[in-house]
Amino acid sequence: MSKLHTHPNIADPDGFYAELLAVHDGLTKAESDALNARLVLILSNHVGDREILSQALALAARTARAVA
Amino acid sequence: MNKIFETPLYAYRRSPDQDASRPVRHPVVIVGAGPVGLAAAIDLAQDGVPVVVLDDNDKVSFGSRAVCYAKRPLEILDRLGCGAPMVDKGVSWKAGKVFFDERQIFGFDLLPEEGHKRPAFINLQQYYFEEYMVRRVHEMAAAGAPVEIRGRNRVVALGAHDDHVRIEIDTPEGPYELEADWLIACDGANSGLRRMLGLDFVGRIFEDNFLIADVIMEADFPTERWFWFDPPFNRGQSALLHRQPDNVWRIDLQLGWDIDKEEEKKPERVIPRIKAMLGEDVKFELEWVSIYTFQCRRMENFVHGRVLFAGDSAHQVSPFGARGANSGLQDTDNLCWKLKLVIDGHAPESLIASYNWERVFGADENILNSTRSTDFITPKSEISRVFRDAVLDLAAGHEFARPLVNSGRLSVPCVYDEGPLNGPDAPGLPHRSRPGAPASDAPLADGWLMDRLGNRFQVLAIDADAPDRLEEGGIEVEILHLSAEDNPALADRYLGKQHSAVYLMRPDQHVAARFLSWDEAALRAALARATGRA
Repeated sequence: MSKLHTHPNIADPDGFYAELLAVHDGLTKAESDALNARLVLILSNHVGDREILSQALALAARTARAVA
Repeated sequence: MNKIFETPLYAYRRSPDQDASRPVRHPVVIVGAGPVGLAAAIDLAQDGVPVVVLDDNDKVSFGSRAVCYAKRPLEILDRLGCGAPMVDKGVSWKAGKVFFDERQIFGFDLLPEEGHKRPAFINLQQYYFEEYMVRRVHEMAAAGAPVEIRGRNRVVALGAHDDHVRIEIDTPEGPYELEADWLIACDGANSGLRRMLGLDFVGRIFEDNFLIADVIMEADFPTERWFWFDPPFNRGQSALLHRQPDNVWRIDLQLGWDIDKEEEKKPERVIPRIKAMLGEDVKFELEWVSIYTFQCRRMENFVHGRVLFAGDSAHQVSPFGARGANSGLQDTDNLCWKLKLVIDGHAPESLIASYNWERVFGADENILNSTRSTDFITPKSEISRVFRDAVLDLAAGHEFARPLVNSGRLSVPCVYDEGPLNGPDAPGLPHRSRPGAPASDAPLADGWLMDRLGNRFQVLAIDADAPDRLEEGGIEVEILHLSAEDNPALADRYLGKQHSAVYLMRPDQHVAARFLSWDEAALRAALARATGRA
């Protein structure tokens, strides 16, 4: 069974993070939500592996922080 | 308005049963002369089982209703001897376009595989479909087949017993009673029989309304399925355009939940909507207008003693995907040969339980697909709309997103994987022809494979030694000897990596078991399993 990588894997973490925020610059909340959705779909297709995708979805769902 | 709606096809005639001193017993009574009931009647009668069909009406159903028929049901109709007029009259199609907002985002071609007698889909008004089936019933009856349709015979009461059913029927000349060894309930989504038995029909209700308008127009739209998400002419909703024979076009407009149905059906409301869609200058005439809502639900069991439910009475789906009438035809395809074996004493009554297993499996598959389509077409939350629109935005320029676009997953044949009647499989043979799957067509030197299959158990011996006959417990198995030499389609669909194969085929053209070579003991065991005797 394929296993989701959870060790650090991005060569330039600070640069990536800045770029991630930069694409949202000047967008409304609705535009940002749409961009995030497109990004999820693009990355998901790149991954492709259904097992990995299920593990990623589960990881994202279970690390939700309680919101007051 | 088309005359076909007004002409009685099976006018009420007094039956001698109405003058009998006590209720006459029939082997099989079918309630409902829609596509599913008529298919059941033809299937049983052409196999020699006497059937009486009761319908509370005497005409074809009003309006075009179910219009889209897939290849597998067309093959079933061929087996019933009425595929040809449907395909000749119907409009064959295989391509479509998807629009989002103001633009086309992509076109698709179902790219049907070569080497099949029947096309991927035809569109045909349900009234033609019923007319051709009724004509087939009348031809069979004229030739001496034991089948009759009794118009304006409404079942008003039902008493279920261990080995028969008693029904009370209302007619223009008053009530009478009948008994049936078996009763097949094909009386639609609002089944009166289901209600009389107090049976459940659980599932999910979708809070949405759709306007169907069939318009007659001379138009140069291509013969394709066109689907719009959020178009300018129907903001926030969906729309569908599909061609039918005789220049009739099906328009399906989503209206939303909070509407006045009677108001929306009025021509003065409908015509401006259609003009907004087609353009102010397009000349058209309204043939039929209806508003529907839908549910995705099924009965827990399709078999209740001697009462058997088939078609919409047993399960209901959204219309996206053409899974209503198409699945109903697969129901009776599955049921009738089993019923015939049980009636003839060649199989135990428990064989009928496999109808329940296999067709509940089929219904669940259809409900799952239909529910997913509906959730895509009508997003139920803000985030589901965000993702839906993201998919559509990406799909225009990026091929990867197109498989996620779900404007209806079109009906594909059901494969009874893990089914209770399935026998052994053999390694290296093609996955598509595994036990439980319907046969794939292939061209033969003198016609089509599908035209050679069905209506009895058969062995398909492909480049394998086999005797000329096999008989087991009163069931005669026909042996077909075929060669895949110089027939790449047959080799591809039935041999795969192997050089020979022996398939045991059911009367409904599904694979029961398969082997690499003739093995009489194994075939007899597989036949016993496929007939519920083991």
